[in-house]
Amino acid sequence: MNVFDVVSGALVLFGSALALTAAIGVVRFPDTLTRMHSASKPQVLGLLLVLTGAALRLRGQADVGMLILAGLFTLITAPVVANRVGQLAYREQSFRDDLLIRNELDDNGAN
Amino acid sequence: MSVVWISAAIMLVAAAAITVFRLLAGPGTLDRLVALDTIVAVTMCGIGTWAAYSLDTTATYSLTALALITFVGSVSVARFRVRDTDREPPQ
Repeated sequence: MNVFDVVSGALVLFGSALALTAAIGVVRFPDTLTRMHSASKPQVLGLLLVLTGAALRLRGQADVGMLILAGLFTLITAPVVANRVGQLAYREQSFRDDLLIRNELDDNGAN
Repeated sequence: MSVVWISAAIMLVAAAAITVFRLLAGPGTLDRLVALDTIVAVTMCGIGTWAAYSLDTTATYSLTALALITFVGSVSVARFRVRDTDREPPQ
């Protein structure tokens, strides 16, 4: 058990903890936009932490490239999905007005 | 070291099980879509954790496949779904 394995275990553990907190947030938060905020944590940060941990454990093997590809594709595709879902949720008023500090889309009239 | 893997596995399974509640109960299609995305992300974390635990890289190819297929699925649902009617704004 060398230092790489310890760091890898810590990263995997932190990523799993992020996944658990995000799941609690998805269940507990009141509207779609806040649930999206919570759901994006394991999608990007948690997954990248776990993949980094796995890559540290699997160091030197050829299949580490697949882990890098998976992280890259997630980073590219997650903003697109968030944009589409967020725009739909805004258009259908699937959020609570009283929780917004400022509604910039409404300010500009670019609804 | 095995304590780390066991607690990571417990947290991931608990996360997936909790999210299923939102998938079943969520009042709108978008809530269910967000919950499904979360479950897939937790699954990907689980596959990565399995690869780190077992040093077995067989399943890592499915990580890339899942990353791409969920993108296509989510965008398709967001584009082609039927709009929710007869529901109140969240309280």
